[in-house]
Amino acid sequence: MSSAAAQFLRDAAEKSADLAHREIIRRGMESYDTAHLKGRARIKDWEAAREKCQQIKRQAINHLDRYLVQFEQQVIARGGHVFWAEDSEQACSYVKNLATQRGVKTVVKSKSMVTEEIHLGPVLEKAGIKVWETDFGEFIVQLRGEAPYHIVTPCMHLKRDQIANLFREKLDKNIESDDPAYLMTVARRILRQAFFSAEMGISGANFLVADAGVVAINTNEGNGRLCTSIPRIHVVVTGIEKVLPRLEDLAVFWPVLATSGTGQGITTYSTLIGGPRRPGEADGPEEFHVVLVDNGRSRLLANPEQREVLHCIRCGACLNICPVFRHIGGHTYGTTYPGPIGSVLTPHLAGLAEFKHLSYASSLCGACSSVCPVKINLHHHLLQNRRDATEAGATKSSERFVFSMWRRAMLHPRIYAFGGWSMRKGLRLLYGLGLAGSALDPMQVWNRHRSPVPLPSKSFRARWRNGFNTNGKAN
Amino acid sequence: MSRTVSLFVPCFIDQLLPEIAVDTVTVLRRIGYEVDFPEDQTCCGQPAFNTGYWNEARPCAEHFIRVFRNAEVIVCPSGSCTTMVRKFYPELLANSPLLKEAKAIAARTFEFSEFLVKVAERTDVGAYFPHTVTYHASCHGLRELGLRDEPRQLLAKVDSLRLIEIARFDECCGFGGTFAAKFADISAAMGNSKAENIAATAAEFVTAIDPSCLLHVQGILGKRKATARAIHLAGILAQEKP
Repeated sequence: MSSAAAQFLRDAAEKSADLAHREIIRRGMESYDTAHLKGRARIKDWEAAREKCQQIKRQAINHLDRYLVQFEQQVIARGGHVFWAEDSEQACSYVKNLATQRGVKTVVKSKSMVTEEIHLGPVLEKAGIKVWETDFGEFIVQLRGEAPYHIVTPCMHLKRDQIANLFREKLDKNIESDDPAYLMTVARRILRQAFFSAEMGISGANFLVADAGVVAINTNEGNGRLCTSIPRIHVVVTGIEKVLPRLEDLAVFWPVLATSGTGQGITTYSTLIGGPRRPGEADGPEEFHVVLVDNGRSRLLANPEQREVLHCIRCGACLNICPVFRHIGGHTYGTTYPGPIGSVLTPHLAGLAEFKHLSYASSLCGACSSVCPVKINLHHHLLQNRRDATEAGATKSSERFVFSMWRRAMLHPRIYAFGGWSMRKGLRLLYGLGLAGSALDPMQVWNRHRSPVPLPSKSFRARWRNGFNTNGKAN
Repeated sequence: MSRTVSLFVPCFIDQLLPEIAVDTVTVLRRIGYEVDFPEDQTCCGQPAFNTGYWNEARPCAEHFIRVFRNAEVIVCPSGSCTTMVRKFYPELLANSPLLKEAKAIAARTFEFSEFLVKVAERTDVGAYFPHTVTYHASCHGLRELGLRDEPRQLLAKVDSLRLIEIARFDECCGFGGTFAAKFADISAAMGNSKAENIAATAAEFVTAIDPSCLLHVQGILGKRKATARAIHLAGILAQEKP
């Protein structure tokens, strides 16, 4: 078992039994559920919108090479720079070198999961650069030294009194209330100074629009616009899969993203940026850089069976509906992207050996696939990851042995019937001795949380043969 | 349409919950069907398939096809095992010489409630069940087979039954096959959430179309010493007015 898998099991056991934690998540998710359903009802034909999005993303991903170059050419023509980063190290080095060469002391960041994925913050901090997360939720988890708990709502696991205490400890010992509006004012006061002192702003991108050659950024707090327009350098760090072919595609993607993410009709601030400030413009950065991060994505692109995983627009809907996420929470996954999309994606981005356990940490209920706005068949990809792990010989030898024996039995009805009979007989004997749930009980794991399964003396096939086949009476 | 159906009894119903198959036969016979049980059937292969052992699952699927190749209509009292045959056999057997037969069998295999409502076109099967019942929508039946209304239509026609809606009726109970063993704590936590929602309805019974969910839910209810009991839809439909 990988160390990540062992940690996952420990944390999952702890978190799923932590009722206070579950209650916080339940409340957060229930208010999301209500908003999400209401938002969906506003869209005339939700299923048609999903299909449209799926179709557009399929086109974008299938012709990614062409669209990315189309995007790049226009950014360059406007005086921007585009850097193609093969992995996180290349991406981080580019940003760090740029910052040090330009004498950057302070960076303001708007929310970006790709920068979390490549661990850009710590790289910059190590180079002596102060990094401010300016999304309120990200600001809070940064103060706590934590990774975002959820890809859309990073601090949904915290109650407001915890946040007030955190502010008291880290920012100002005179914090007098846990009123959210007040706490936001405190953060805003601090962040305003950061915005005006920073030499570099770093943002992610929600979409890269190929035909217009622009980056689309959606935020709810306006911090994105401050990050991208006040500092003299703006760096966009984003994954190569964020492409949309046409500007008009935003007409469906903006409402669909907002609806799936928070239930809003559209996010509060939708910004399109195509390059640095041009002569005669009042504001905007002097320099504009786009870092296109691959980091394993082209491996997925090369896999026709799982390519559609790159359709993901990071709305978080699959996390919100996932019963596993709702019981163990975001941090338990130990990944940048938690929940179903993270379980599908992480083995591809960060390695099958270390993260294959996540493919199994699902009941395959399919709720994720049913809400995905771009119709990624998420739970089926988990199944394919399991198949790939087995075929790569990455599963336990004891398990391989069990399934090879199982297969033999299932191909021979008599062996199957005898095996079933002896299992029931054996368990009845064992349980008769009061050993249910003991170390001798092969059903020990089951019985730890459940009462024992029924162990009838006769199987159905035995009853069938005993006369149920003809006389219509069950024996 | 032939009046004979072939019964596909998933392995764990055969071994652990035979009453469900007996009840299924009882209902089918009551509405005028002859029932055949091909005795060479074993497991559809789902445990191996869902755990990633497709090479082990494939021969089981081929065995299933050989056993049922002459069956005109196949009825199965499990949404999950029906899903295996209907939705996953064509993928699992994509390179098998039996692919064509697999697709044909997929098209004539029906989950029990689906068969009653869509094929036999019966929602009233003459059942009587004077109890309060809540309905849990099992994942495979609901999302893979699209069976949203069929079980409810059948329950609505049961004499004296009172249906009470459960909160989050379509949230997974936490069984998930080998998930229940590999991630026992998460599975149990999900099961306990389901049990709390069941308790909030105060219904005497929780029903579903998937015996695997019910086995797990009953295990959780039993451990909690809850008053509600799990019963398969066939178990309700098999009851008649004395």
